[in-house]
Amino acid sequence: MRDTHPLMGFVSRGFRGKRRDTASSARVPPGQYVVTDFPVLSAGPTPRVNLDQWTFSIEGEIDEPKRWTWKEFRALAAETVTKDIHCVTKWSKLDTTWKGVSVDTLMEGVETAAEFTTVFSDAGYTTNIPLDDITGNKAWVVYEFDGQPLHPEHGGPVRFLVPHLYFWKSAKWVRGIRLQNEEHPGFWESNGYNMYGDPWREQRYWGD
Amino acid sequence: MISRGPRLITWQLGVLAEIVQETPRVSSLYFDAPDWPGHLAGQHIDVRLTADDGYQAERSYSIASAPEDRRLALTVERLDDGEVSPYLVGELRVGDKLELRGPIGGYFVWRGEEERPLLLIGGGSGVVPLMSMLRHRSHVARKAPARLLFSSRTLADVIYHEELERLSSADGGLRVFHTLTREKPAGWTGYTRRIDEAMVKEVVWPTQDMVDVFVCGPTSFVEAAASLLVAMGYDPRAVKTERFGATGG
Amino acid sequence: MQEMKLDGNAIGGLLREIFTVEMTAARGTCASCGAVNELGRVQVYLHAPGTVVRCPDCEQVLMKIVRSGGRYWVDLTGTRCLEFGEG
Repeated sequence: MRDTHPLMGFVSRGFRGKRRDTASSARVPPGQYVVTDFPVLSAGPTPRVNLDQWTFSIEGEIDEPKRWTWKEFRALAAETVTKDIHCVTKWSKLDTTWKGVSVDTLMEGVETAAEFTTVFSDAGYTTNIPLDDITGNKAWVVYEFDGQPLHPEHGGPVRFLVPHLYFWKSAKWVRGIRLQNEEHPGFWESNGYNMYGDPWREQRYWGD
Repeated sequence: MISRGPRLITWQLGVLAEIVQETPRVSSLYFDAPDWPGHLAGQHIDVRLTADDGYQAERSYSIASAPEDRRLALTVERLDDGEVSPYLVGELRVGDKLELRGPIGGYFVWRGEEERPLLLIGGGSGVVPLMSMLRHRSHVARKAPARLLFSSRTLADVIYHEELERLSSADGGLRVFHTLTREKPAGWTGYTRRIDEAMVKEVVWPTQDMVDVFVCGPTSFVEAAASLLVAMGYDPRAVKTERFGATGG
Repeated sequence: MQEMKLDGNAIGGLLREIFTVEMTAARGTCASCGAVNELGRVQVYLHAPGTVVRCPDCEQVLMKIVRSGGRYWVDLTGTRCLEFGEG
């Protein structure tokens, strides 16, 4: 039993910490560990969303911006998807089930030369994602998790879901997508977090 | 000086010298820390645990000991689903070393030089920094009048119960008010409910003139208590608060 | 859910690392609403990819702090002015 760790120095006798299942698996990106609960991460107070006033829009580099009310949104074709999700704080949760509307459905008929998007939420949160990364069956606007209406602490009533990127890009309390010709770093991307965020290349921070 | 000590606070090792169980879930840990620069009542330390594989966890704990005390004391509540508290209360043995740094804090501190009345409101383990203040106060010659309103779940959960009895019996200037939120023991003369307007009105000084106020505990407790004081006319900026959260334990 | 919100006391150590002096008694002026508050009073959200500090009066972001592997990213644009002394 060592008293000192080669890099860290002192080692606390008998401390193991939360057991982290880091068994390597084709489904777990580098540096991640699998959890069975669903950790809640929050950058601010949970917005109180009034569904009577809620809208989802697609705006920006688009001839005619699109907007749906909650009723209209719920009338759109929805699908249920099961995905693995990976948080930049190192936890991964496998086989999570969501129900919502594919971004492809929302983008139907939209013509744009924009290559970039900003996904925006209530309370000022934004995240930037290339348009190619939210189309082609890669992203959804979801309102159910695990068969239940999405809980506010997990982004309910509606959040974004783009599971192939780190989960901070799956914006909670989402309200729309802004199509842009240039990339604009979002809330976390402007403060240290990677512009793209591919968990498989461990792109957590600037310069990764 | 806002706080004593070196400009850069670095990690140092304390050696656990004594464990005192306060309640079924709470124990006090007494450390010998030769490099400890001293502290003010209300300050805290950061504790860092490192596992064999390099994994680290850090938490903050309020200092329970008075600045005058020889050993540095922490009082820790063991949270069953916590990561650090079950190690501190359960695994750590006398003779073990603990990495810590501090003292930290310049806002939630009471120096005791002032003779202004001292109002302390604590919920559960939120009483720890307040106890450091009361222990410090017991060393101060010219004592300001002090009142502690202390909320606990059950009688068995009241941390420092005997010591608070002793301090208030020995000193008429200190009054301690207890409330239990989950129990009404036979013969209990304290309150038996969550803090509310009526209780606060009976316990605290009616006007905020020159009273030093410190409120500490879980976020919801602190916000409830602070709101009640503000509703009574206390200046929100004079009510000093420290929120303990469910930061993992 | 409210338990996720802490105050500036919870980042006393982090602020000390960054500013090298005790900062919980430092006064910050909110760039959004102009309120001046000691950092011990501000709202702190730790359970995020980084630390988000918010004004207790208007809840706008005062600071964002991300720390990883010896690097820090500190956004103070939400704080118009920070007043502090050596102690």
